[in-house]
Parts: sequence; C-alpha cells; structure tokens
Amino acid sequence: MPEYWYIKPGYEERTRKFLENKPQPEVSSDFEIKEHDFVNAGMASGEIKLSLKRLGVKSEILRRVAIAAYEAEINIAAHSKGGKITADIFPELIHIKLQDNGPGLEDIEQCMQPGFSTANELVREMGFGAGLGLPNIKKNTDVMHIESEYGKTTFLEIIIYFE
Amino acid sequence: MKLKEILEALEAELLTKDADLDTEVSCAFGSDLISDILHCTKEKTLLLTGLTNPQVIRLSDMIDLYGIVFVRGKKPSPEIVKMAEERQLPLISTQYTLYKTSGILFNKGLRSCKI
Repeated sequence: MPEYWYIKPGYEERTRKFLENKPQPEVSSDFEIKEHDFVNAGMASGEIKLSLKRLGVKSEILRRVAIAAYEAEINIAAHSKGGKITADIFPELIHIKLQDNGPGLEDIEQCMQPGFSTANELVREMGFGAGLGLPNIKKNTDVMHIESEYGKTTFLEIIIYFE
Repeated sequence: MKLKEILEALEAELLTKDADLDTEVSCAFGSDLISDILHCTKEKTLLLTGLTNPQVIRLSDMIDLYGIVFVRGKKPSPEIVKMAEERQLPLISTQYTLYKTSGILFNKGLRSCKI
C-alpha cells in the first residue's frame, strides 16, 4: 500500500525504538467518527486535549496536539465513510491512530500539497476545504505516517513528544 | 481594547448571556476558512468570521479565543449560542462586512494576531 512518512529531524532513533517496542500506553481512548457529522466532529480532539491538560502537558504542546487531531478528525468526517480514532497517551508522548472506512487517497503526495483539496460543496460551506488539512497536521506533529490506497482505506498515525 | 468598546465600534449585538464585557482583547484574526484559522492563530485572539456552524464553536476547544464576531449580519442558531455559553465564549453579531469590521477595529488600535 502506498505510504508517506514524515519524522522531524532529530526524532528518528527515538521514534524507531518506540514503534518497534510497542509499549503499553498509560491511557488509551477510542472514538467513533461518523460520515458528514459536522455537529459532533471535533469532540474527540477536544477530549484528547482535555485529557492531556489534566495530566499537566504544557499549553504549546496542547495546541499542537489539538490542531493536528482536529484536522485529522475533520478529514474523517468530511472525506471518508466514517472511521475510528485511538489516542494512546504515554509519559513522554501521545500516539494518535486514525483508521477510516474508505475510499482512500488517490495520490498521497498531492494531498500533502498546501491548497490541494477534494472537498465538495457541502464541506466547503462549512469552512473546510482550504487544502491545508494534511499540511497543518505535518506542521504540528513530530511524526506523521499515512498508508492509503484508492478504493481501500486510509490509515494515519501521528506522534507528538511532550519535550 | 475591551469587548464593550468592540461592541460599540461595530454597532453590534451581544448574542451570549453573562459575557464579561470588560475583557481586554489584545488582537484579532479574520477568515472564513477553518484550516486558515487554525494555521494562523498562535496566541489568544478575537475571531472575525462569517461562518456560523457548530465547528466555529468547536474551534474554541482547540485554540484560545476571546470571542467570535459574526460579520455581514450573520447569526448562529440558538443551539450554537448555547454551545458558546457553555464555554463562556462571547458571541457578537455585526451588520458590517469582514473588511469593514477589520478596518474599524484596526483603526481603533486592535492589532492583527501573530501568525
């Protein structure tokens, strides 16, 4: 399946170890996201931010997690047939995994280009479709990994370190 | 600039109950695109927008907002006003366009937020 990797320079070794060791998270939460549910979309990201805030994570990190998670959550609501978010919290990082039910991305590299959007009229009327979703996620994360094939599904995982 | 001065300058209507009108607002940002708003707001800001859907209120869960000014006479539904009240987020509605609203506030000394 075509994939895309972004790891912020300096985080390669740390990230490789984390993904290889697959440690148990301290807290894990699951959220269902429904297709075109623009009333509830964003609730999961709000809750994720709140959990981290309660754990004392500093505000600059909270902002980055909230923006990245929100853009990813909106992507599921706006562009897919629904999906699931799993947020795993560790002492030093958050690992958020998003799996949707299709239809998958035709060209991942193209989707990473600022300004590129496949949003329909309904989605645009809501104020989305600026073509900044995935670039905004990349900008706010330390690790971003996409696996997607058109006609199948999209998997996105992001990692943000607290220090 | 205080919220009550902003209300006066924009001849605007306050839509939410119990807002603290003495709140000091340091900067503002105007856009109708959600990703732009997320992309451009690094500090607590007043949002000027024509968007009136629930996602505008959800934005305030992600980034820090002093409040939202709806331009072009737009008013959100009562459900959305309630969502804002639950978050103690002041909502304001003005008849002025986004351009005119921005111009008035800028001339009164309200700076653009850091992007």
